[in-house]
Amino acid sequence: MASPEHPQKVKITLNDEIVWCDPNAYIIDIARNNNIYIPHFCYHERLERTANCRLCVVEIEIGGKKRIMTSCNLKPQEGMIVNTHTPKVLEARRVNIELLLANHDLNCPTCAKNLHCKLQRYSGELIVKETPFTGKRRNVPVDESSPSIRRDNNKCILCGRCIKMCGDVQTVNAIQQQFRGFETLVSCAFNEGLGESSCVNCGQCVIACPTGALTERSDIPHVIDALNDPHKIVIAQTAPSIRATLGECFGMNPGTNVTGKMVAALKKLGFEKVFDTDLAADITIVEEASEFIKRLNANENLPMITTCCPAWIKFGEQFFYDELSHMSTCRSPQAIMASLIKTYYAEKADLDPQRIVLVDIMPCTAKKFEILRPEFAGEADYVLTTVELGKLIKEMNIDFEHLEPARFDNPLGESTGAGAIFGHTGGVMEAALRTVADWLENKNFKHIDYQAIRGMETLKEATVHIDGMEINLAVVHTLGEARKLMEQIRSGTCKYHFIEIMACYGGCIGGGGQPAPTERFDEVLKKRVQALITEDLHKEIRKSHKNPAVNKLYDEYLGDIGGERAHKLLHTSYQRREFK
Amino acid sequence: MPADVNDLKLVESILKKYSRKEDTVAALQELQQTFGYLERGHLELLAKQLSLPLVHITGVATFYTQFKFTPKGTYHISICRGTACHVKNSETLLKHVERKLNIKAGEITTDKKISLECVNCIGACAKAPAMMINEKVYGNLDEKKIDMIIHSLE
Amino acid sequence: MTPITALADLKKGHEALTCDRITVGLATCGISAGADRTLAAFQAANLPLIIENVGCLGNCYAEPIVTVRQDGSTAIYGHVTEDKVQKILDAIKTKTICKELFLGRTLEEIDFYKIQKRLLLANCGKINPLDIDQYVATGGYDGLAKALRKKPQEIIEDVLASGLRGRGGAGFPTGQKWRLIAVKTGKKILVCNGDEGDPGAFMNRTVMESDPFKLIEGMTIAAYAIGSDEGIIYTRAEYPLAVKTLRSAITIAESHNLLGKNILGIEGFNFNLRIVMGAGAFVCGEETALMNSVMGLRGQPHYKPPYPADKGIYGYPTNINNVSTLSFVPLIMSMGAKEFAKIGSEKSKGTAVLCLTGKINRTGVIEVPMGTPLREIIFGIAGGPPQGTTFKAVQCGGPAGGCVSEKYLDLPVDYESLLSIGAMMGSGGLVVLNSDSCMVDVAKFFMSFTRSESCGKCTPCREGTTRIWEILDKITKGLGTPKDIETLKSLSQYVKENSLCGLGQAAPNPILTTLAQFADEYRVHIEQKECPSHSCRNLVHYRINEKCTGCGNCARHCPVHCIAGRLKEKHVIDQSVCVRCGACYENCAFDAIDKG
Repeated sequence: MASPEHPQKVKITLNDEIVWCDPNAYIIDIARNNNIYIPHFCYHERLERTANCRLCVVEIEIGGKKRIMTSCNLKPQEGMIVNTHTPKVLEARRVNIELLLANHDLNCPTCAKNLHCKLQRYSGELIVKETPFTGKRRNVPVDESSPSIRRDNNKCILCGRCIKMCGDVQTVNAIQQQFRGFETLVSCAFNEGLGESSCVNCGQCVIACPTGALTERSDIPHVIDALNDPHKIVIAQTAPSIRATLGECFGMNPGTNVTGKMVAALKKLGFEKVFDTDLAADITIVEEASEFIKRLNANENLPMITTCCPAWIKFGEQFFYDELSHMSTCRSPQAIMASLIKTYYAEKADLDPQRIVLVDIMPCTAKKFEILRPEFAGEADYVLTTVELGKLIKEMNIDFEHLEPARFDNPLGESTGAGAIFGHTGGVMEAALRTVADWLENKNFKHIDYQAIRGMETLKEATVHIDGMEINLAVVHTLGEARKLMEQIRSGTCKYHFIEIMACYGGCIGGGGQPAPTERFDEVLKKRVQALITEDLHKEIRKSHKNPAVNKLYDEYLGDIGGERAHKLLHTSYQRREFK
Repeated sequence: MPADVNDLKLVESILKKYSRKEDTVAALQELQQTFGYLERGHLELLAKQLSLPLVHITGVATFYTQFKFTPKGTYHISICRGTACHVKNSETLLKHVERKLNIKAGEITTDKKISLECVNCIGACAKAPAMMINEKVYGNLDEKKIDMIIHSLE
Repeated sequence: MTPITALADLKKGHEALTCDRITVGLATCGISAGADRTLAAFQAANLPLIIENVGCLGNCYAEPIVTVRQDGSTAIYGHVTEDKVQKILDAIKTKTICKELFLGRTLEEIDFYKIQKRLLLANCGKINPLDIDQYVATGGYDGLAKALRKKPQEIIEDVLASGLRGRGGAGFPTGQKWRLIAVKTGKKILVCNGDEGDPGAFMNRTVMESDPFKLIEGMTIAAYAIGSDEGIIYTRAEYPLAVKTLRSAITIAESHNLLGKNILGIEGFNFNLRIVMGAGAFVCGEETALMNSVMGLRGQPHYKPPYPADKGIYGYPTNINNVSTLSFVPLIMSMGAKEFAKIGSEKSKGTAVLCLTGKINRTGVIEVPMGTPLREIIFGIAGGPPQGTTFKAVQCGGPAGGCVSEKYLDLPVDYESLLSIGAMMGSGGLVVLNSDSCMVDVAKFFMSFTRSESCGKCTPCREGTTRIWEILDKITKGLGTPKDIETLKSLSQYVKENSLCGLGQAAPNPILTTLAQFADEYRVHIEQKECPSHSCRNLVHYRINEKCTGCGNCARHCPVHCIAGRLKEKHVIDQSVCVRCGACYENCAFDAIDKG
């Protein structure tokens, strides 16, 4: 019964300690809050609890009866006795791991997830010596049809997190369980490749996958080849969020800003120039703000939707091809920087663009797809995700932690706080508002922190009053949330003027190419966001249109904002996309 | 896409009866009943009709053993592998039929006349061992009886 | 009180039952024995008698079954295949009895029925399943009429008082289940679980094919009691005749205002019934998987809670009962809860409907009071194992149940007793095994079933059942090691305790019960590489003995041509090539091949 000190709580005994807990919480989370980590595969804070991996079992005693039960879907009851690691529990978990190992491709040292695999981790922790089971083992071809994601079903443990991510969260539904029983496979329709499916390459499945079944398709070998080619000039650009996450690849705390070390590492790897995508983000804002003001004045094609996210763009082209006019024609910062490097910079440095190999360091598996869009042919050459960059740095034996910080190169290395916050949900909108407000009212506003669109809610709404106008904004992340908004647009019930859409939860800091948090997912993401917000706060210039490097670029090369050259180099178009 | 225009019309006439997600299984059953198996093009049309991702349709279709993705023969023999049949040597009968038709369970004869599969209990346990040819049940089988039945298939 | 007028019009069927007529049992088992041709032969004979098809009497061993009622006296005949129809026609003409095929005057005269108590099956094989007049003539819809005079709450109290427990396996008190859903408000769905997937169980099919109105009446009463207006009968596509029969029966009931809107003129009592066909997945017998299947999804189970009564199909409170459970309801209403509760044992009330198959003389579907000892059923009703063989075990409750050896044969058939020895009532399938059956092979067979029926959702069942099967397969092939027994035990225990749903939790039962009761058989397979019952193919050897006449018949039947010998000389089997198919053994006319 609830006691006066603990109203509405129930009392349980958790490993011999009395714990008062919320009757609607789940044992696995209660245990975590009491510093007990219960191993699990299928459970994920943000996904539906399906209790199918059966690893998170604990021993429960109610009314003198002992039972083995899964803790991820178990709510506490008054007087419940929970033991999380009795011999019986440990044995059950061990057999679980043994069964999975018996049907698993055990080439661990050569697996992309080596040392980051939960199956490997638990196998070690539970001291599984060898699996007593021999016999049939899944043996299916690896799917390498996607430019972004590699699917190796021989390493799949059927936890189902990827499916929930792709279906429930993203509503893309590229993959689903096929067949049944021992033959069950996570696959596309008719077992075809991800590359031909509705997959938008967001890589949220990769983040969700506890093993090596879903990984980024690696471009490391190509990049190494380019770095070793004496005829090539290899240049890198790094997206806004990388500096907030790369440190995690080296055991640093989430939210550690490693900008300087990152640039230094890239230089050590042999990149001749390291440019900052943040600057391209500033250009995106300048173009997008001007585009938005035009649309607003003409009351045309509203709401306008941001287009920095390539996964969202493919999603829109597939499922909302009748509403493409709402999308900003502005390229993503990645594509802007790529086109500028191969034109402006090549010209300025007197380089043959053919000799330049541009490697994008991105938080994102979908960027690997974006650079293959025919509109962007010949611009960026390779995309490495944060995780891949981490691996490359390790491969080249660089002691990342002790590197002396270095600075981005000019002329494409100077950026503002507005560019920095592109890396998290709401950042693009906030950056755009700073410019739109200044321009519309012809002022230099001081209060530029738009708190209403910060935070991790998947739909954030705000109304701002600028120049006598009431502008309704929406910021969404995850494609499921985007779909709801798009349905509103389709049905004519959308009240917004300006919308930011990011495919990944949290925006780019939660991108499919980022290191996957092993636990406390939301907390890790919030720390990453904070790193970017701090960077913004410490920047001298926090508005894109005040970036001197950007203004210089327009003066020297691009001409007018939204002008002809700007249009050619900084904008793009979209079309209906069929999928199987 | 289905090659035959008549097929297409038939598919359309079937599909228009279904509109909800919960109709998936029933629609698949009718398609299979009509065509003997599930064809890719038909499933694509079904996905459109029900506004469901194709991968959902194939996920459902591959879950249930009733659904086949290769054509059935004019005569579809289902050998019962239920308990009662098993203890009465249905495995030997299966092997016998396989030898006789020179196909394995799950296959079809080259002339497309007879296809063979194993099924779970068809509920004719008291007549074990049993089999079904299309929807007709044959019980108390032995090798001779099976030979006679197969010979009688036109 | 609302007058039940419409029913009065239906009573004319009584005449049809008492007049002279010939009936042929035309349920699935009858048809598989050729009863359709038998019926056609009678019809072609142009007799001045009514010829009618009925359902299944349950004595499947004697199919096709024909009942002749002539001048007020009845004769029941068995094994009446098409070619034997003439004999019966002759008897009818001479007003005598055809002794060759005669089973008895009444069911009670036949051994198979002597200790049976047929309540649920009373109409099966006696009435035309689709003649609602005949159904009413036997007391049909009396239950509904009585129920509609009561308050829903009173019906639930009656069902509680009757002691009726779920016949689908778990034995949960039906009244309690109804009580849980009756208190919910808003839309509720009533589901009849007719997904009878247990190999060796076909009592649901029997009822659906032979007495569909009983089920429909039961569902109508249940709907009234719990306050549901939408009913679904979920059954298997593998039961085409049951589906067809039910569909027709539903249409007929609708046309008599026994289903649909304002049933029997009672304002606001609406109940629509439809059929949803499963598509071949045993796991869909599990209620959460069934609900997913009804919603057009993969039939995978979901953990409980939430229970269906709280959150079922499309989130609506849903009540799921087995075919037999629902079919008992009209009887309870009509005979009274007290009378019903007098039948059976202390905790298991009423009768048990069971299916008898396997190595016994008389197979079929039977009904006995709960608590009847297994021995009476197997040796009394079923006549024991075939001559020359001895009883070894009975598998109770299908793949989820367990094997019961001779030692426990005096155990009464009820929920608690069977559970006490690791078996279970399940859906009531009894598969009898005799000295020819190998228990390791039987265990392997069940594992191969659950393995192929595992939905794949949870790790223990998906991976574990396959590994258990693989170990058993190894043992039956003579490749087992002593350590395998330990692995089997611990893995089976693991799968039982850790699986998500009932399928996985019960899947190891056949292994655990055979390991406990027939450990010796396992040991012989492993240590001596022999199969004591000569049924594991790889452990059987065929050798030609001195009786061989050299006829060459065996060599001609050998699929791998491994039998050699000159004509009229003793032949020899090349053991290194032999695939142990047994074709030689089956085809030898001189008993010259030893199996061992």
